[in-house]
Amino acid sequence: MTLANIWFALVAVLLTVYVILDGFDLGAGVLYPFLARSEDDKSVIRASIGPVWDGNEVWLLTGAGAIFAAFPMVYAMTFSGFYLAIMLVLFGLILRAVSLEFRHRDNSWKAVWDGTFFIGSLVPSLLVGVALGNVIRGVPMDPQGNYIGTFWDLLNPYSLLVGVTGLFLLVQHGAAWVSIKADGALHDRAWSYRKVTFWICAVLAVATSLATIFTVSRASDNVFGSVVGWLFLAVFLIGVLYTIWQMYKGGELQSFVGSAIIIIGLAGIAAVGNFPDMVPARGTPPATSLTVERAASEDLTLTVMLILAVIFVPVVLIYTALIYKTFWGKTKAGDADY
Amino acid sequence: MDAVLLARIQFALTVGYHFIFVPISIGVAMMVVLSERRYYRSGIPADKAASNFWIKLFTATFAIGVATGITMEFAFGTNWAEYSRFVGNIFGAPLAAEGLVAFFLESTFLGILLFGRKRVSKRFYYISAWLVWIGSLLSALWILIANSWMQTPAGYEIKDGKAVLTSFWAAALNPSIGPRYFHTVAAALLTGCFVVAGVCAYYMLKKRHVQFARQAMLWAASVGLVLAIAMPFLGHWGALVVAEYQPIKMAAFENIGDTQTNAPLYLFGWVNSDGETTGISIPSGLSLMLGLSPDHEVTGLNSVAPEDRPPVQLTFQSYHLMIALGFLFILVFLVAIFLHWRKRLENARWFLWVLMACIPLSIIAINMGWMAAEVGRQPWVVQGLMRTTDGVSPLVSAGQIWTTIGLFVLVYLVLFIAWLRIFLGIIKKGPEDTAEMLEAEKAGAEPITPETTGPAPAGAGR
Repeated sequence: MTLANIWFALVAVLLTVYVILDGFDLGAGVLYPFLARSEDDKSVIRASIGPVWDGNEVWLLTGAGAIFAAFPMVYAMTFSGFYLAIMLVLFGLILRAVSLEFRHRDNSWKAVWDGTFFIGSLVPSLLVGVALGNVIRGVPMDPQGNYIGTFWDLLNPYSLLVGVTGLFLLVQHGAAWVSIKADGALHDRAWSYRKVTFWICAVLAVATSLATIFTVSRASDNVFGSVVGWLFLAVFLIGVLYTIWQMYKGGELQSFVGSAIIIIGLAGIAAVGNFPDMVPARGTPPATSLTVERAASEDLTLTVMLILAVIFVPVVLIYTALIYKTFWGKTKAGDADY
Repeated sequence: MDAVLLARIQFALTVGYHFIFVPISIGVAMMVVLSERRYYRSGIPADKAASNFWIKLFTATFAIGVATGITMEFAFGTNWAEYSRFVGNIFGAPLAAEGLVAFFLESTFLGILLFGRKRVSKRFYYISAWLVWIGSLLSALWILIANSWMQTPAGYEIKDGKAVLTSFWAAALNPSIGPRYFHTVAAALLTGCFVVAGVCAYYMLKKRHVQFARQAMLWAASVGLVLAIAMPFLGHWGALVVAEYQPIKMAAFENIGDTQTNAPLYLFGWVNSDGETTGISIPSGLSLMLGLSPDHEVTGLNSVAPEDRPPVQLTFQSYHLMIALGFLFILVFLVAIFLHWRKRLENARWFLWVLMACIPLSIIAINMGWMAAEVGRQPWVVQGLMRTTDGVSPLVSAGQIWTTIGLFVLVYLVLFIAWLRIFLGIIKKGPEDTAEMLEAEKAGAEPITPETTGPAPAGAGR
């Protein structure tokens, strides 16, 4: 296990935690116009994620920072190569962050902030998956590690499929969250959305799996050819079965946990599928692939970062847990008064 | 325009915009801690109302600061890919650490400040205020470590065309981090003091919330005076480091052409087309300031090739405007304390207007300081190691950057208008009426807030 491999795993962990945590509040944002029928409903949905969404998003910023530090070539290639897509994600995140706070303070622009909250949740939920699809599928790169395709090449059917699958993964996750936090009619609507979107996601996941096996066999061979790959496949299947079981038994929190297990399984499968590449080359010589070893920073940087991570990630997890505990229980309309 | 220039324009626009909100947040967060401390000790509803008021101003500003900060982290990868590959080994670590050590802290405990008043104990709430402020100060530390390394790189070696780390401590505690951190943070806190003082001045002018305004004004003016007086000393410390490690930047600050003794220190001036300065100067001032002797030799711009010199006019003017405003701020707070002492502050209408005008002036001053530091480093993106022109993403086209500049201008303009409306709206509404709060507390209910009294049910959101 080299330091670079440890950091590959750590980046995967950071991004997985991001998807689990920010995933539910992004999903809730996408469902916001569909679930909310009244001002009260809207208030409950926003207040249910209000105290935690900002901290959740920091997992993305930390993950991106970790990629920058540990794998500068990957950071440089993806961010500059997926330029317009990344910028759209950025504008989504900006609008979302601002609209959640401003909506509360600003009655006359209410409709604007509702709209930007939805758009700002939808765009990142979709495009992060599209980017991931391209990273799994591989992209054309020059020897310096620059992306040499076009913006439109990124919108290939496979990556779009991964994007839509990811979107529904977050939506069903968010619906589970709102079910836990809401009461009454809003709760019932969220719970039925939770089931429907889960099955849509399941169908899409099957399609993505088949598409991967038939068109990106490198990834599926990597998964089926390694013990760790089978392990994550098992985690994924356990998550699916547990979620279905709890969904029909009425276990809201449990079905949310099930969905988190699914995310862990899928993230692990994606990571194993790409390893030892971080971004494989497609249509350019294999030497242009950004492998873990080629893209990694020097050992001293990785060691320093590892020390920081070992100290601070547990601390962050502890106080994050404390905040979730503080705001445990059903959210009421008006919980946001201060 | 070529892609390099466009990428620079985009970075300057987005970071300058971000840097409007960051100093306000860091500064007003200090006010939140002070006022929450007061409430924690007194338990009086009026103190709670005061604290809630500053929290509202803080969070409205913090939100836009966070949002526009994401832009900066992404920009290194999107627009500066070559730079990212060159410095990633060193520069990426503080950015990751900023997330891990600072952003988590401020974002998580911000949730308590926003939603936790009724859920957590007074002590927990008070500690949360501290943690949010500490988080913002740590965030400033890490980003300034990263930026200072670009000014005075240390603890590295060049290997296969990349800067790689040889000593974490040498890189983190590089020569300029000390003065630059304390100078920047003091400036941010000073900006916060002006926001507080300006808001209080408004209430004094309007004869509203006068009790509240007196209290906060005294805090802002006393802390502000200390900071304003400390500022020239911190700035001087920074100047000494600049003169030692970035002599060409120092030369551009004062437009010193040939290396010379008896170098003058300009109070203000203009760089003519022939490169000479017209203005008022202290003879030998710069030599005295840097070397305590008129015979101290100051390195001039002409000691390096023209392509290694920064744009002089912009550097000179931003530097001098910052300093002029800095001295004005000392005067303003001295007058404020004097008028307060003579109990004439509330009726000195002209001066209350001056205090309000100082809000934008303090933001201009801190942005000028940043501009002098960054423009003065040019043509280098990492001093002496990499040119800015070599740092851009090679395959991102001018058209793509134009598109995103257009989007940034549009979105940022709308957000600025929205923020200003909300910020001014909070000020207009003012701290909650404590008489109502008292009655509500007597009745055993939570204090009535404007949000709950409206026809619509309470708004949520963060």
